[in-house]
Amino acid sequence: MAMFDAFAAIVRRDLVLAMRRRSEVANPVLFFILVITLFPLGIGAQPKLLQAIAPGIIWVSALLATMLSLDSLFRSDFDDGSLEQILLSPYPTSILVLGKITAHWLTTGLPLLIVAPLLAVFLGMPNQSLSILLLTLLLGTPILSLIGAVGVALTVGLRRGGMILSLLVLPLYVPVLIFASNAVEMASSGLPVTAQINILISMLLMALVLAPWPTAAALKMSINS
Amino acid sequence: MQSNSTHQLQGENLSCTRDDRELFTGLGFTVHPGQVLLLEGNNGSGKTSLLRIICGFREPDTGAVRWCGEEIPQSQYYSDMAYVGHLDGIKKELTVLENLKLSLALGQPGKLTIQKALDKVQLSGYEDTLIQALSAGQKRRLSLARLLITHNVLWILDEPFTSLDKQGIELIESLMAEHCANGGMIVMTSHHDVNLQGVDVQRIRLS
Repeated sequence: MAMFDAFAAIVRRDLVLAMRRRSEVANPVLFFILVITLFPLGIGAQPKLLQAIAPGIIWVSALLATMLSLDSLFRSDFDDGSLEQILLSPYPTSILVLGKITAHWLTTGLPLLIVAPLLAVFLGMPNQSLSILLLTLLLGTPILSLIGAVGVALTVGLRRGGMILSLLVLPLYVPVLIFASNAVEMASSGLPVTAQINILISMLLMALVLAPWPTAAALKMSINS
Repeated sequence: MQSNSTHQLQGENLSCTRDDRELFTGLGFTVHPGQVLLLEGNNGSGKTSLLRIICGFREPDTGAVRWCGEEIPQSQYYSDMAYVGHLDGIKKELTVLENLKLSLALGQPGKLTIQKALDKVQLSGYEDTLIQALSAGQKRRLSLARLLITHNVLWILDEPFTSLDKQGIELIESLMAEHCANGGMIVMTSHHDVNLQGVDVQRIRLS
């Protein structure tokens, strides 16, 4: 199917680009690791406290790391004209944009997922909540990429859009943060977390269906300036 | 290349205002297969704005652009047109081949394969070279090679001769003449004199 080929070509291109700009792509993960490793040093010898706030630390760091990486989602395509070519493609822009978001998640969300278990152990999180932490990250980080894409698409044409981007996107990130860290917290006390996980799944599906269109429309608007 | 005679690009009563300055108003044109529409005018006279309106990036303040009688934006239009603008639209961290493969995936296959198109624009042998290592003129020729590998009837070119040498300009002119002879059409701006023999060239002067 030609449309799927176009989608796959965009994902592949962005992954190749990420490989060739390794230092830039590694930044969010490094940030994630640095913030989390600094917390035990800042809090001091209070393992109980650290254990209690570990879900919050990991999730807040993941959220900020994703925000840090958002600007690169469309910036270079906007600057070198590739975005114009994507918008002029006969295939639906929302599908191509979804390709870019997929590649963004693979290069920023997935690495967080991979290093998270190590950091969770480092913060002394109980074993039974580890799998729930990974599950919330697996469900939550794609939501962050999808919602973020709408914000970036709106601000990519502005010269100093960074501040506006945070203001736009952060309120929408809050529900993800609340449900995800709450799920992990409940899991560490051995309580059921089905409700939170179901809400995260529904948020992910909603974002998956609803985010690409406004992103495509916002990109068309940004390119017009 | 399809030499379908029903293809037609029409601009009706177009006007564009930018920062309270009227760039053009009541502009109309019709381009038929085999024709070139050359936009002339000084810097800031609205040539690029008009091209962006024709691309569908920008909405005209009045009037409409029609492709085969139907107002753009419409999906048929985007599979029939190709645009090379001020920005090359090529990724400098990728190789020549990777860039063209993406363009091909984003469009529909045209009459030439990537290899043949590279031969045409005299870039064969550079397939695996990173764009960073190419000169400005070579980049320009690469972005024009994109026109050859995808299916298209209408070329929209914004200053296609920028940073090309004399030989490069002749090469592109011959490609343009060939495109028109095959029933294609071109809308372009240029500061240089355009030397297209045997091609029907319409000129619009913006001021």
